[in-house]
Parts: sequence; C-alpha cells; structure tokens
Amino acid sequence: MDIERLKITGGIGKSGQADGVFEVEIKMGDVVSIVGPTGSGKTTLIDDIALFAFDNTPSRRKIFINGERLPPEASGDPARNPVAFITQHTNFLSDLPVFEFLKIHASVRSSADVLSAVEETVNFANQLTGEPLDPHNGMTELSGGQTRALLIADAVVIGNSPIILLDEIENAGIDRGRALELLKNYKKIFVFVTHDPGIALMSDFRIVMKNGTMTKLVHSDRAERAAAEEIRRLDEVVLRLRRLIRDGEKVEAGFLNCLPGARRCGGRP
Amino acid sequence: MKAVICAGPSTAGKTTVLRQAARRLIKAGMKPAYLKIDVQYASEDAIFASEFGIPAKKVFSGELCPDHCNVMVFSDAVAWAQECGASVLMLETAGLCLRCSPYVEGALGIAVLEATAGMNLPMKIGPMLTLADAAVITKIDLISQAEREVFRAGVMKAAPGIPVFESNALYGIGIDAVAARITAAPDIQGIDFKMRGSPPVGTCTVCVGRKETGWQKHFGVVRPLDNGIFYRGE
Repeated sequence: MDIERLKITGGIGKSGQADGVFEVEIKMGDVVSIVGPTGSGKTTLIDDIALFAFDNTPSRRKIFINGERLPPEASGDPARNPVAFITQHTNFLSDLPVFEFLKIHASVRSSADVLSAVEETVNFANQLTGEPLDPHNGMTELSGGQTRALLIADAVVIGNSPIILLDEIENAGIDRGRALELLKNYKKIFVFVTHDPGIALMSDFRIVMKNGTMTKLVHSDRAERAAAEEIRRLDEVVLRLRRLIRDGEKVEAGFLNCLPGARRCGGRP
Repeated sequence: MKAVICAGPSTAGKTTVLRQAARRLIKAGMKPAYLKIDVQYASEDAIFASEFGIPAKKVFSGELCPDHCNVMVFSDAVAWAQECGASVLMLETAGLCLRCSPYVEGALGIAVLEATAGMNLPMKIGPMLTLADAAVITKIDLISQAEREVFRAGVMKAAPGIPVFESNALYGIGIDAVAARITAAPDIQGIDFKMRGSPPVGTCTVCVGRKETGWQKHFGVVRPLDNGIFYRGE
C-alpha cells in the first residue's frame, strides 16, 4: 500500500470538549511528536492512529489514509496493517530464540530475502542497545532495552511498515539520538509520543495535548533545530556519565566539562 | 435456531468472548441461550443469567470426558434451547484432551486461543483448532505486534482457510467480527447431529480402573517409553 499522507480530524477530549486543532496532516517522511503532560491524552491519540479510528472510539476522531478511510481488510490482517505500534509495555512472551522468531516473522511478512532481513534487523537493534543482543538467545532473556530495540528494528526492517508509532522510547534505555538518526534513513511516517525535548525538537512538528484534546501544532524552525543540537550535546554528557557509572568508575564534581571537546572528564585525564 | 460450540484451553477467555458476543447478538435482536460444560466446577451460567437474563445452564462432565459429554448432551441441549425460545444456542466447553473434536456437524465451531500462551500453542491443541470454523485470538493487548503476527501465522498454518479474529475481549475490541460470523452461520437442521472428526482408538485397562504403572500390567492399547502404540491382549 502506497501511503502519501495521513490525516487526523479532530474529535473530543475527556470531558467532551472539542479538539482545538481540527485537522492534522502528516506527509510521508514526516517525523511528528505528540507532547503534553501525563494524562493529557497522548496515548489515546496514538491509539486512535493505531486503530484507524473512524468515529468509533471515545475520542470520535477520524483517521484518513490518502484522504480515505482504511479498508477494514487492511486493519483486520496484521501482516497487511500499514502501522507498526511500539507500545510502552513490551515484554516478549515468546519462547523462541530471537533468530528463529525473526525468521518466522520475516516469512510471514514475505520478505524477499529472509536471512538478510533478519541480519539487518539484529544489526539495527544492536546499534541502539548498550549491550548487543545475541540472536541465539531466547526472546524472553532479552533486557528491557534490548527488547525495545529489537521491536523497533523489527517494525522498521521486517515489518517494513510505512507508519511507525513509538510510545515513549526514551524510557527504554536505548540510544535515542542514534535511534532518530537511523530511523531517518528510512522514508516513513514516524509518530513519537514523547517527553524528550530532543526528540520533540528534531521532529518536523509537534502536536500539543491538554485535557485529552489536541490544542496546538508547533512547527520546528531553524532556531529550534539549533537548540536540538545543543540538547544532543547535553545528551552526550549524560550518556558519558552513564557509561562511567556503568563501568564502575567514580564521578567527580565538574562533570559538565565533559562536553564534547573537553580535555578532562569525570576525573579521567 | 443456530448453534455455536466454543472451545479452548482453560483461561483462554472463552466466557469473555461469548459474553461480548452475546451482548452484540442481543442488541441485534437475537435470543441466545447459554450452556457451559465443565469437569467439576463452573459458575459462568450464573453470569449469563444475571447479566443478560437469558436461559443459562451448566453440566458437569464428572466421570465423562468433557468432549464426550458434549456429544452426549448436545441433542438434549438443542431441544432445551428451542423450548426456551432461543434463536442461538451458545455452548462453551472445556475441551480438555486435545484428541477429540469438541465440535458437531452443522454447528459453528469456534476455537479460542490466548495470544500469551506461547508460539507453539496452535500446533499443540489438535482438532480443537484444526476442525474449527473460526479462531479467536484473545489478549492481543498483552503482546507485541511482531508476536501477534507470528502467533496468527501459526494459527493459520494449523487451520488453513478459517477466519482468524484477534481480540482484546475484556474491552470488546475485535468482537464485532465474531458476532457477525455467528449471525452469518446457518440454522441447525433436525435433531440428529454427528461429532466432527473421529475419536481416537484409546481404550486401555487404565480406562477401566487398573492402577498399576507399567505397560506390561495392562491390556488394550498400550505403549512403552521408546516404541509406538500397540495392542496387547488376547
């Protein structure tokens, strides 16, 4: 299915008030963030997209693909569903080794070359995780971060879904700067539910939620991109700090000097 | 009158699927009657009676295998539901031994499988799935989309060509299609029904009360650890 654009038309929030933004149009290749405090309706909005709501969810919103309602056979058969949704609670329950599972999934999704799709998926996942996962391990043996990394990689490479929804990947302990960079190599629609300023500012635009409604669309401009770059440097500091702690090192005051280019970092010459 | 036989492993969500389906069928003007067959304990009949005010009944198979019990009572159950003025009989069965089919010719057979039960479940449950007319996968909200797709592929491989409905039955998501499938089922004909598939040839002396272990102490259909099944007897 060739998807050119996805449109959300507004519905109502928790207490029945109308969405302030009546229409959101997302074009193929766009990266969009949904932002707002906890309980503001971010997950409900992403659920609406995942379900291709059409006046049949509590929000009464409608989702159009290329200007039309998605035919029910496309949403009924998950292998033909154009959306991959990576939710917050993702534990694998499958008792299969990673390699076997991915092989089956790639065949179900009729990948042309199953083995290379599996390899690409594992490589993609391992660029996001701190500790690389071994494809011979059982799915249930993976850590939370590895699981989430594998799900993202699977959705992008094997699922090859044109629309990818990600609910709070920043909580997964994966390298989100790297994730965003890698994801942008694939031409897809990415919708992030996020509390992460970096992800929000790197997006093309963000949907601001309040009290269950879409209240505002904010497009990122050049100044925000520059700010995003600064945040990325800040992230690097935090990542480096995390690495130090993970390696069992001591941290000293003044670690902020760890900005890229600094000579000394965390007490190390 | 239509008849639906719903089978599936314990805790798969059979009752929840049928409750959600019943709600939709009643809304569409149908009159369900509900019969639960279980081995030694069941309270679901009370749930259906109080929630929907429909005729509801339970049977304990006790000494009988639940699948066989289903076959034994089915004609009586049809007569009971007809007397109650029902337009659809919903029969829920534990279906435990995985060798017999719990389904009956002419009645709609629905297998219920929980998505959390492991990727090999579709291959493990035999005629309960392979002889069904439709499969409902429950608890899809508890697993990732990738696993859903692989699980569904397993179901479709075990029972090619039957519709597979994915549901989060607790919230009624995906049940509309199940109710539509029930509505589309033909009415049952007459009062004579046949069990689907063939029961296994399995009579041995354990069936008739001999408690010693070891195949050498038994007669009928027996098997040692390392060889196949054979018949031992005079």
